Amino acid sequence: MAYSDKVVDHYENPRNVGTLDKSSDEVGTGLVGAPECGDVMRLQIKVNPTTQVIEDAKFKTFGCGSAIASSSLATEWVKGKTVAEALAISNTEIVKELALPPVKIHCSVLAEDAIRAAIGDWKKKNNLAEQAAPQHDLVGAVN
Amino acid sequence: MSTAAVELLESTPVHTGVQLPIYMDNHATTALDPRVLEAMLPYMTKIYGNSASRNHQFGWEAEQGVDKAREQIAKLIGATSKEIIFTSGATESNNLAIKGVAEMYREKGNHIITQVTEHKATLDACKRLEKNGYNVTYLPVQADGLVSVDDVAKAITDRTILVSIMYANNEIGTVNPIQAIGKLCHEKGVLFHTDAVQAVGKIPVNVLTDNIDMLSLSGHKVYGPKGVGALYVRRRNPRVQLSAQIDGGGHERGMRSGTLNVPGIVGLGEACELAMNEMESEAKRLSGLRDYMKDKFLNALDYTYVNGNMDHHLPNNLNISFVYVEGESLLMGINDIAVSSGSACTSATLEPSYVLKALGLGDDVAHSSIRFGLGRFNTREEVDYVSDKLIDTVLKLRELSPLYEMVKEGIDLEKVEWTAH
Repeated sequence: MAYSDKVVDHYENPRNVGTLDKSSDEVGTGLVGAPECGDVMRLQIKVNPTTQVIEDAKFKTFGCGSAIASSSLATEWVKGKTVAEALAISNTEIVKELALPPVKIHCSVLAEDAIRAAIGDWKKKNNLAEQAAPQHDLVGAVN
Repeated sequence: MSTAAVELLESTPVHTGVQLPIYMDNHATTALDPRVLEAMLPYMTKIYGNSASRNHQFGWEAEQGVDKAREQIAKLIGATSKEIIFTSGATESNNLAIKGVAEMYREKGNHIITQVTEHKATLDACKRLEKNGYNVTYLPVQADGLVSVDDVAKAITDRTILVSIMYANNEIGTVNPIQAIGKLCHEKGVLFHTDAVQAVGKIPVNVLTDNIDMLSLSGHKVYGPKGVGALYVRRRNPRVQLSAQIDGGGHERGMRSGTLNVPGIVGLGEACELAMNEMESEAKRLSGLRDYMKDKFLNALDYTYVNGNMDHHLPNNLNISFVYVEGESLLMGINDIAVSSGSACTSATLEPSYVLKALGLGDDVAHSSIRFGLGRFNTREEVDYVSDKLIDTVLKLRELSPLYEMVKEGIDLEKVEWTAH
């Protein structure tokens, strides 16, 4: 199977690889997937408590090239966004950007899950109510 | 030293003389040996007769080529030339052996014994028979990949007509206790078939001392052409009869009709003769390279495990799990090297290798496995290139792996609550 140039680029030059201090209140950690499924993503965000802007994001992923690319792209996209804006990122946008084939769509879903899980963790730490997930079709209309 | 010389030295790649891409997937198929091609060529141009044409020179010449090949193949496996039935390859050989015995000996019984790590050609032929009223026992294998002779013995009933156990496994390279299984089958009066595609030409195989009644082999696994194979069918003690699966002109003692693929057969014969002549030195060379590569991996990387049983192993096989790195991403990093992965992502079914799972390996470890199949044309330089590049890629991907980081921090991955998807 041939990979798109963008998947290859993220695989060869993954953005924002690393680890943030998960004990910090400003940091939210999302760990999604399972080793036996062949995909585990950990996405971390550092949120400015006053502006709710995601100031930093890091990831580590165990998985195929498409999974690595999806999570690498997710860190790029959430950086600089507010928490609310980041929640609006949908897997279909990731599929489009990376030109993922149908068998790799689950990688994009996992990346979206990772963003949500990281934000959820940050909210929990800061006693903020969970927001309802946005409608996927509305998000799709953005592109 | 002059500046120019220093520059030249610094710009010289570490690996010289390596031509990319490198082929190291010789369990899947092998390159045609130029000497085999040379033997085949006349049969594609000048000697084009039908070997079944008995009344003219064109036919006789083709038949001579086939007869010679039959002898070359028989000699390699300790058989006689009359016991060699030509087929289109090992998939057909396995189908003919299993279905042919099942149909022919239906009166005697309807039970067949095989093992879970067989090639799909065997497993699917058995599944077909199950639909037609046969009972099949799929024996498990031990953690090292070998089948237990005791398990075979315990599975045999008075309804058992066939035991089909592969000689050597195509993924993990393990070599089964074939001689003991064959002896057991002969004592119990049960026919014994072995799929020997990975073993023939690589390690000594002898149908007499190994007590084999039927044996499948293939041309393209031994540096011969694709689309040609053979089934050894024992003629005495016991005389094996098979119900033909392809009806027609009654070629191959009535067991396999169809005009013979003369150039392919000549190539298969030549490939067998070369394999026989070179087996001893080549096995030594390949197992040396294989062990060298294995040691490089084990010395450079932690959480790296060899699958199979190195004491009962093909000389050219190495199957290794680079735990906490997913196989497909690993292949992506070494895309100028042809190897195989046990990862689900590289298969059509999205399931990790059933062979590795049969060893009791977790799915996560199976996802992290790479199969190296060394061959006649691999060099020491290539092995260095491949192992260095693989080590670099594993190190890079482990930097990216949350699992590796967690394990290094002392977290027990078994106790983490994963969100399966």
